[in-house]
Amino acid sequence: MHNRPQHFHAQAEAALADTELRANFRGAMDYLRDKRKTAFADAAEESAIRDRAEAIRQRCLSKLPELLERLESNCIANGIRVHWAENAEQANAIFTDIIQSHGGTLAVKGKSMVSEEIELNDAMAKEGITCLESDMGEYIVQLGRETPSHIIMPAIHKNKQQVADLFAEHVPGFEHTLDVDTLIQTGRRVLREKYRTADVGVSGVNFAVAETGTLCLVENEGNGRMCTTVPEVHIAITGIEKVVEYLADVPPLFSALTRSATGQLITTYFNMISGPRKDDELDGPKEVHLVLLDNGRSQAYADEELRKTLQCIRCGACMNHCPVYTRIGGHAYGTVYPGPIGKIISPHLMGLDATQDLPTASSLCGACGEVCPVRIPIPELLQRLRHEAKQDPRPGALPLRGQKAAASNTEAFVWRSFALATRQPALYRMLTWCATRLRWLMPKKLGPWTRCRTAPRPAAKTLRELMAERKQ
Amino acid sequence: MSTARTAILDRLRRVNALPLKASEPDYPIWNDADPDAMLARLTGLLEQNHAEVLRLPRTALVTTLRERLAQAGIKRVATGTGGEFFDDITQALNGTAERVCFDRPLEEWKDTLFNAIDAGITGCHGAIAASGSLVLWPGPEEPRTLSLVPPHHIAILKASTLHTNLPAMMTDEGWSQGMPTNLLLVSGPSKTADIQQTLAYGAHGPSALTVLILEDA
Ligand code: SF4
Repeated sequence: MHNRPQHFHAQAEAALADTELRANFRGAMDYLRDKRKTAFADAAEESAIRDRAEAIRQRCLSKLPELLERLESNCIANGIRVHWAENAEQANAIFTDIIQSHGGTLAVKGKSMVSEEIELNDAMAKEGITCLESDMGEYIVQLGRETPSHIIMPAIHKNKQQVADLFAEHVPGFEHTLDVDTLIQTGRRVLREKYRTADVGVSGVNFAVAETGTLCLVENEGNGRMCTTVPEVHIAITGIEKVVEYLADVPPLFSALTRSATGQLITTYFNMISGPRKDDELDGPKEVHLVLLDNGRSQAYADEELRKTLQCIRCGACMNHCPVYTRIGGHAYGTVYPGPIGKIISPHLMGLDATQDLPTASSLCGACGEVCPVRIPIPELLQRLRHEAKQDPRPGALPLRGQKAAASNTEAFVWRSFALATRQPALYRMLTWCATRLRWLMPKKLGPWTRCRTAPRPAAKTLRELMAERKQ
Repeated sequence: MSTARTAILDRLRRVNALPLKASEPDYPIWNDADPDAMLARLTGLLEQNHAEVLRLPRTALVTTLRERLAQAGIKRVATGTGGEFFDDITQALNGTAERVCFDRPLEEWKDTLFNAIDAGITGCHGAIAASGSLVLWPGPEEPRTLSLVPPHHIAILKASTLHTNLPAMMTDEGWSQGMPTNLLLVSGPSKTADIQQTLAYGAHGPSALTVLILEDA
């Protein structure tokens, strides 16, 4: 049973109690933060790159419908077939159709968070199609029947001992070792056999270029190249927000992405795919498909402020720097995208009713906004979503799915009473007088608030009284 | 699913977002055009990323290639069927290693390529100094999997095809005017840090990358 955002509090508590998990995250987050810091050693350069990346993403989003159409027509001109899906169900139906029309039973998959979003593996399994993860981290996570706990490093919650145990259980002929090279070679051996025999390769997309109809993939391992090159059919899936206008938009975004994500100047492979194998070519897929998925993104698009959520280039820096994420890890959130970005994107993907607790899981320290390479104002968006979770839509605005789900009658009553009291001087004086004179009645326990704090106690006299005494 | 297409586009259009203009702030990027500086930067970054780099004159290509194959104990090599260095590669392989030409569709010899080839040799379309990347432009004479499937990739690069940075190379060569089916930047052998942040090479693609840079070509 996978975690769910509805149970965030219980899941977070369980994660906090798991010392091994906390140690794994602590080590990993320190490592990733250090790497990013070194990659952006020059503050002025960092700031300039972020300004540029933000400007590109905002420009491209401002023309989204037009760019999607241009992308589609240029892809088609290149021989790529383009499909559109409103939601997970439609996207999975597209996959099923394509794979079954080739009589396929095995698909190898490169890393793609969007495919996690539509739960592609489970949906394909129901159709008798095996969908095998080929990114090392994803492969480990899949062996353990888990979901990724980080968008860049899916198996970050596991240490090598846990990986070795998993291999011992699932990989025939594996001799237990803690040597990471041997562990990786074990994965390599299993997966190469799958690339060779798979009917279909699946991938995500980092940037889809409207100008040239090109799909860009950023990776280190080579599994992305394997999945998009060796099988006869390649299906790429992406959220509609990933389109960029020009090829020239790609280098600055690519640089911002790799430096923020893993602190690299560049990744080992940058793969630009602009079409299937041509008649005179001897390898490469014979068919390339692109699935464009909405799944709540157009909802985020509708509001100018919330639209900024779609600027995200999925670098993971916000989670690496989030004091909440680094302590509870990615699984506690119960959403595909964990951490700060998850808290602002999941309400659009899953509705605020399911995700109302997530925007509150932040100290609003601002670290996420400070590291985001495309300058998404995450803390402001969190506050906005906290508001939307309690309020009716503003006049004229489209409601967010599940809007007002977190509204509570008690809370509304308390605020109404407060508003009333502060508008009636006599009432206000009487209430504050009671609060100060009856302060010993204040309970010692105030729910979760006093679990690690002492309960506050009103002062002996009100501020007004103190000021009045002073004037005498 | 054209109904999905119409519905999605309609929803996005209804928002009437104000299209922003294309003027954008500049950012600093390495752009030294001095050939020695470019070469030094490329070599340094490739080596940092675990590639082996040899700089040599064009006339030494055959002997260097021979030596490298012998040193690495390479027995069977896959090559393309043409390209600028085809004759040199042929000469170098003669008597050193068995050669398998990529002269038929992948499907017809996938097993051999995956299981019985030690190295693949390709030329490079160019390279990028700023990020230390080789630019591969696969085509009928040098297919995509040649640089991907064999455990050792040997790449031959002419120093004269080096560019300072990616935006400059894209503009100079007019990439946006027409892209090949697959264009690649390669900056080292395949690697991963997915297990406890420990770097390991040879995750799925080549575990070794040798770059022969022809300094006078
Ligand atoms: S919100 Fe910003 S920091 Fe977080 S993953 Fe997206 S781009 Fe990276």
